[in-house]
Amino acid sequence: MSERPANAAELKEVRGPSALGGGWRRFFDLLWLMSVTEFKRIYFGTVLGYLWSLIRPLMLFGVLLFVFTKVFKIGTEQAEYYPVLLLLGIVLFTFFQEATQNAVGSVIAQEGVVRKTQFPRLVIPLSTVITSGLNFCLNLVVVFGFILAFGVDPKWTWLLLPVALLALAVLTAATSMALSVLFVRFRDVAIIWTVLAQVLFYATPILYPIEALGDETYERLLMVNPLAPIFQQVRVWMLEPGAPSAVDVAGGAAGLIPAAVIYVAVCVLGVWVFRREAPRIAEEL
Amino acid sequence: MPADDAIASFSNADRPPPFDPTGPLAIEVGDLHKSFSIPTNRVDSLKERIVHPFSGHDHRELRALDGVSFEVHQGEFFGIVGRNGSGKSTLLKLLASIYRADAGKIRMAGRLAPFIELGVGFNPELTARENVVLNGVMMGLTPQETRNRLDAIVEFAELTEFIDLKLKNYSSGMLVRLAFAVMMEADADILLIDEVLAVGDAAFQQKCADAFREMKAAGKTIVLVTHEMRTVEEYCHRAMLVSDGRIRYIGDPEEVGRRYLQLNFEHEPEPAAEVEAPEQTSDEVRLLEAWIEDADGNRLDNLEHGSELRLRVDFEVLQDVPGLEVGFVIANADGVGIFQFAVRMLNASGGKELAAGERVRVSADIENLLVQGHYFVHSAVNRIEDKSIALHAHECVDFVVFGGEPQAHGNVRLPMRISAVVSDEAGR
Repeated sequence: MSERPANAAELKEVRGPSALGGGWRRFFDLLWLMSVTEFKRIYFGTVLGYLWSLIRPLMLFGVLLFVFTKVFKIGTEQAEYYPVLLLLGIVLFTFFQEATQNAVGSVIAQEGVVRKTQFPRLVIPLSTVITSGLNFCLNLVVVFGFILAFGVDPKWTWLLLPVALLALAVLTAATSMALSVLFVRFRDVAIIWTVLAQVLFYATPILYPIEALGDETYERLLMVNPLAPIFQQVRVWMLEPGAPSAVDVAGGAAGLIPAAVIYVAVCVLGVWVFRREAPRIAEEL
Repeated sequence: MPADDAIASFSNADRPPPFDPTGPLAIEVGDLHKSFSIPTNRVDSLKERIVHPFSGHDHRELRALDGVSFEVHQGEFFGIVGRNGSGKSTLLKLLASIYRADAGKIRMAGRLAPFIELGVGFNPELTARENVVLNGVMMGLTPQETRNRLDAIVEFAELTEFIDLKLKNYSSGMLVRLAFAVMMEADADILLIDEVLAVGDAAFQQKCADAFREMKAAGKTIVLVTHEMRTVEEYCHRAMLVSDGRIRYIGDPEEVGRRYLQLNFEHEPEPAAEVEAPEQTSDEVRLLEAWIEDADGNRLDNLEHGSELRLRVDFEVLQDVPGLEVGFVIANADGVGIFQFAVRMLNASGGKELAAGERVRVSADIENLLVQGHYFVHSAVNRIEDKSIALHAHECVDFVVFGGEPQAHGNVRLPMRISAVVSDEAGR
């Protein structure tokens, strides 16, 4: 035994700031707390509260539904439950777009915390994803209401939905991580991302059932977008078991390889960029 | 001032309960280096990066810390002192894991309160309750632990009735009290404090003082960064002076305070008065040099209140003269004369006739009763026979006085006896 007093703690190396700094427990506590308080702030801080987050996708849904069923008349011919498909797509994409868009400025918004405290950096972009995730969960309840109201029969493949959601959430988180730290260095990331997100919206089968393209080359090309197979699978699992699966559209499993590669690349890039930048964020601000 | 009262009440308290200087370490810092590259032309957008792909290399290196090593013992109250830009804030941020060191080692024992400023992370849109929980978790408590301590925290902050008020409706004083209370209750082993001692009103300061004393008694380690010398001298067991990224002195807080003030004035921009004024020479006499020195003959440009002001001036006589006397005025920075004195120049045999080529040294040793400030010495040489001016040397030397009590009014602090007592004679 040493002669040290009983309460003497051992010296431990301090490694400086990092993505997770300060221990796992603190990381998860902070992540959850920040996400929930932000969520509460949004929904109890305004008069209409939660309704706002619902009104936005519903308005978009209403407008698009009118345009694509009454004006262009493409929806209803190919997809059995086009309105529900449209709503489901919009709600899913809203999650992706909202989370990533909020993540862009998140580190800057938390400048005080980053510069004045030891704070696990990763909490910042991830909490925006979780806040949007909580929002998405509430919206999903409404979507289920529509699904049942439109007479879609419950199927066992509904149980596969979490798989698709997980894939989407991971991609969203990785994108958010990369955007949040890149924005600290390059302020035009915000503008680029707004445009890119818009492109992704049209490059994902949301407004149109993918068969509406009518051209195999385009359909396969669309499947390069990693969001497209996810959205297509959700359609098959949730609404139309008879619709072509992502593999069918891509012309075989090999057709999905580009999307998979991009998916993995985005994830690796997100983690790598974040890990590289995290220790130095406080200096860059 | 209430702030002073609280600090005083805090400090009079038995200057630090003893800690064990051979005891276990709380913080060990070894050869810490940190530099920042400061782009001379900051590239902030992708376009700039693409248009000028190499301009990113345009930067200069700023060495914020250059090989800093020190140790802090458990239960020690340790002060870090330095001017702005000395590297003390960088050091604190490295200790708090906000920056990452380029080289060197930091080791710590126990849980650190990872804050360098009070109230960081407070969200004005949330209520005090929510903010306290969030802040507590940042401090390293679990949400449950924080909720358990919530009552104690708001009670300490004297904000119990405002707990469900949004922080945006709080006054700045209330915010600081809340933040301080969270820090106190977070129960960390090591605290890093950056100039936060004078918070709230006198009553609350007294409470903080008590809380600090309790923390000391409980063996908490406190690292205090400040440029308020009083605080350091009165609270700290030991202190460290940092300048230009290096440790200048480490040890006795009073010595640190003294050296800090000295350092401060050395860095003062050189006053324009140094330039040789054209009137410093005439046909009869020339002022060679004027300076202030210490007892060992080292030249000074600053000196402490209460020390001896040793003024030395060398003149050269340029032609035979029947007699000269030299007068001086010491004036403050506003040009107000504080006092004057004069002396007759004497030759080697004690007579007043001076021959060409002779050199005369004036030595004046004056008790320095001047208060803090910047002072100038003006000099004039008169012909004794008709009192006409032979030479006028404006601002022949200047110096800075530090130490002593700063004063709002007046230029000197004269020795005195003073009392104010109830007296029957008063008002009769």
